[in-house]
Parts: sequence; structure tokens; C-alpha cells
Amino acid sequence: MIDITGIRRSFPMLNHKQMQSHDLIYFDNGATTFKPQTVIDAITRYYTDLSCNAHRGDYELAYRLDQAFEEARACAAAFIHASEREIVFTSGASEGLNLVAQGYGRKFLREGDIVLSTEAEHASCILPWMRACEETGAVLEYIPLDERGRVGIEAVAEMMNKNVKVIVLAQISNVLGYEAPISEICALAHQYGAVVVVDGAQSVPHLPIDVTEHDCDFLAFSAHKMCGPTGIGVLYGKYALLDAMDPLYLGGGSNARFDMCGNILLKQPPYKFESGTANIAGILGMKAAFDYLSQIGMEQIHAYEQQLHRQLVDGLQRLSNIHIYNADADGAIVTFNVKDVFAQDAATYFSAHGVAVRSGQHCAKLLSEKLNTSATVRASLYFYNDTQEIERFLALAAEADMKTCLDVYF
Amino acid sequence: MSELIHDPMVLRQIIMDHYEYPRNHELSEEEGYVSKHMASASCIDDIYVQAKLKDNVIEDIRFDGVACTISTASTSIMSELLQGKTTSEAKKIIAAYYAMINNEPYDDEVLQEAIAFHTVGKQANRIKCATIGWEAMKQIIEDGEAHEQ
Repeated sequence: MIDITGIRRSFPMLNHKQMQSHDLIYFDNGATTFKPQTVIDAITRYYTDLSCNAHRGDYELAYRLDQAFEEARACAAAFIHASEREIVFTSGASEGLNLVAQGYGRKFLREGDIVLSTEAEHASCILPWMRACEETGAVLEYIPLDERGRVGIEAVAEMMNKNVKVIVLAQISNVLGYEAPISEICALAHQYGAVVVVDGAQSVPHLPIDVTEHDCDFLAFSAHKMCGPTGIGVLYGKYALLDAMDPLYLGGGSNARFDMCGNILLKQPPYKFESGTANIAGILGMKAAFDYLSQIGMEQIHAYEQQLHRQLVDGLQRLSNIHIYNADADGAIVTFNVKDVFAQDAATYFSAHGVAVRSGQHCAKLLSEKLNTSATVRASLYFYNDTQEIERFLALAAEADMKTCLDVYF
Repeated sequence: MSELIHDPMVLRQIIMDHYEYPRNHELSEEEGYVSKHMASASCIDDIYVQAKLKDNVIEDIRFDGVACTISTASTSIMSELLQGKTTSEAKKIIAAYYAMINNEPYDDEVLQEAIAFHTVGKQANRIKCATIGWEAMKQIIEDGEAHEQ
């Protein structure tokens, strides 16, 4: 059982915060998440107690920082069941995904090779591969989604052939919250010698993840979507692949030696990808986030979120003025519209009553072809949300229509 | 007009009417129209505003696109209000509209139905929606003047 009272007490943003004179309800966790005090303290501790550069000094303070720095890497590795040398610190999922597209894709793709993805991907997942394909002459092809917007293993199988070199997709879609069958996709891809790049931005914060079980080749995620600081994240890559690929940047920290004739000897992974002074405060803050989540337990977090999600979906389904697009989502993401009200107007109504939800064209093609709408409202939950918040949200949703949505302006 | 400002029911009705039945809500294929595409990175609104200017008179204004209630209604009202005006009259009305949105003194007589948006700043993140069509028209007039000089 999750101690929701204790959990909520540890987040400053969940204590007596208001928006438009109402108690704040934060249902935009797919965008970013709140930080517990331990994460905030870990960031502060770097600046107050450990302030010096990593991997540089010969003095004791620097040694202590290096220990904390590498401990953070070990923590990240343990969190996803990888080994430490397969953990690259990045600025977030976007940088991780770009690093693979540029460092691996651009180096190894050849004309006529195929990269597979889907039409439901986040821009950070798909755009780097569009460019890598453009630069190498490879072709980007899309795995057809089923009528609900899901990726099925049969659809992937139909797209496979010997020219497919890379499959890139999100484990959980940020639009509809559907989980892709990653283990099956990886097994299939490996039969054809293709690598699988997983965007874990919406999955790693919510599910227990074991990269050895999935056997994925790369996995990128951001700390800020899992109670950690902004501007820091992790790229996991199988060591042989990391070893073969190129870094995005060159510079201090990533090279072992170089001379003026242009000979550069790069360090081993993961260090060859980490040039320049790292986001040290972010790394130590991210470690505190891993510790915090692990202490509660990812299984418990997942189970509790499922329960909240059920309550939200059941409640919304009883309302005749609400249309839900993904009642069967695997993640705690509800994509909906208030009937006859444009998504942005509905989001403003909720905001005026203290509720943060997101409106948007999260994925234009998917929305127009599968959902028949130009925009949607997204409510995304996390383990620190509670049943009272859902009840208050449902009461507000029940009252939502064109009139109440316009009343908030007067 | 001034007593209407105090009746939210009337103002809400104006906005709903222009959202449900937007005026001039079709782009023209005819020659002589200048077009402006307005798409903001921070919101969903993605609209095209067209205007036909001749001898410093705004003969026609049209618009279309994907937009919320606030931007559709405010652009619809703008298209009615500025049609047939000279560009210098239009500039005065546009200035009054921006003054109203920014809580500065303004002439409510020239704004007519556009006063429906006088409290839009209560939802500060939606000010952009209430001005997107007006901004397009302002730019079209300014571009036209720059072209003549």
C-alpha cells in the first residue's frame, strides 16, 4: 500500500499551492513532475557542500564529489537493470534520442536502409531520424497503427525485411498512453539484425523497467518527468553499440589524449559522450529521485496509478458531456474533449478552477486520422495525485460546457 | 454600450454567437487579397487572415483556420468592425482594442461588440488568442503602408 499522505507531504508543490484562488490540482505530469524535498535538498547540497568540478581535482573535496557522481550512475544503472558503463548522462530524453540518431544512425545507415517508426511519436523521437535518413539516403517508414492508435507486433512483423536497420518508438505513447510490445519488437528486430531505440520518457517514470529483459538496444529518458531536476537524463545503450558510435560533441572530459596533428584518442563509453562540465547538480538531484522512487517501489507506483486511472476513466465515462479517446490506455493518461468545446477553451476552464491540464494537437496526423478531432485535452497522473483530486476534477468536468467555459473570462 | 460592459451574460452571448456563426469565415480565391498566416508556438491557434485594401480603404476581411473560441470570435468581430474603414480609422480602432486588452484607458464607442473581450486578461494565458486576428490585420495594414512608401 502506498502512503499517499506521507508522499504528498514530501512535495512542497503539493502543500497549500493555489492557482486562480483554488487549491492546485496538477494533472500535467506527462509534461513534467513535481520534486520531493529530498531532490531539492540534493541539488542544494551540491552547491552548499560539494561545490567543485567532477573528474578533475586532486584534492579531497573533488574525490568526494567524484564518488557521489559515480554513485549516481550506479543508481541509474540499478534503476533499469543495466551496468554502469552503459549509462550516459544527457540533458534529457531529447538529447539521448538525438545522440543515437546522429552518433549511431548517421554513422551506420546507408542508402536504401530502412528506419521504422510510427505516426504517434513525439517530435524528439522522430525528427532526429528524419534528418539522419535525409543525410544518409535511408528511408523512414511508418508501422501502421490499429484503429485505436496502438502499435501491434503483427503490424511490425509485416514491415520487417533485411533492409530494416533501426526501429525507433516510444514504449508508452505521450498522446494516448498505449504501451508498445517492446520485448516482442526487440526479439523480432534482432532476428533481422536491426537495433531498437526506445523513447522511455513516458514509461520509465511509471513502470518497473528491466533493459535486459526487454533486450532493447537503446533507451532514453528524462529525470524531470520522474521527480528529478530539469536538464538531466539518461541514455542507456548496449556497451558494444555505445563503443561503436560517435559522440555528438568533442571536448574536455571525453578525450583521453590528443595532439596537434589531429590524432584524438577518445575515452571509453560512457565518458566519451560526456564532454564539458556536466550538469552535476542535476545528476545528484536525479540520484535522489531514483532513491525516492525506489523506496516507494515502482511496482507499487504502477499499481496505484492504475487504480487512480480507473477511477478517472470510470468517472468521465459516466459524463455525457465528455468524450474519451483512450479509455483503455495502459499509462495513466486520459485524452478527452468536452463535447462541442474546443480543447484550449476546456483547458482554460479547468485552469480557472485550479486544475492544470494540457490542451494541444499532441500529434496532428494521429488526431485527424484516428480520432477525428483537431485538438484534445490531456490529463496525465502521477503517484502523488489522490482520489480526492480526481473527485474534484470529475465534479468540474460534469459542469463543463460552452457556457461555463466562457464564464471564466467574466 | 457602456452599460453592456457590466452584463457578462450579454458579452458571453456575443462571443458564443461569433464562435458558432463566425462572419467572413472563408478565404477568397480572388485577386487583390493580402494574406497573413498566424501560428503561435505556444497555443493551438493556426489561422489565415486575408484583407483587400484599395485606396487606403479596407474593402474586405476574411479568415479561416483551426482556432479556439476566443480567437475565432475576436477575429470574426474584428473582420466585421474594420470592414469598410479607412486604414487610419482601422488603426485607431486596433489601438483602442489593444488598450482595452492591456487595461489602459480606451474609447469603448469605437469597439462596439469587441468590448466582449474587455476582461480576457483574467485568463492571462489567453490574451494571445484574443489578439491573434487583430495582430494579423495590424501587420497587413503596416505592410501595406510600408509598400507604398
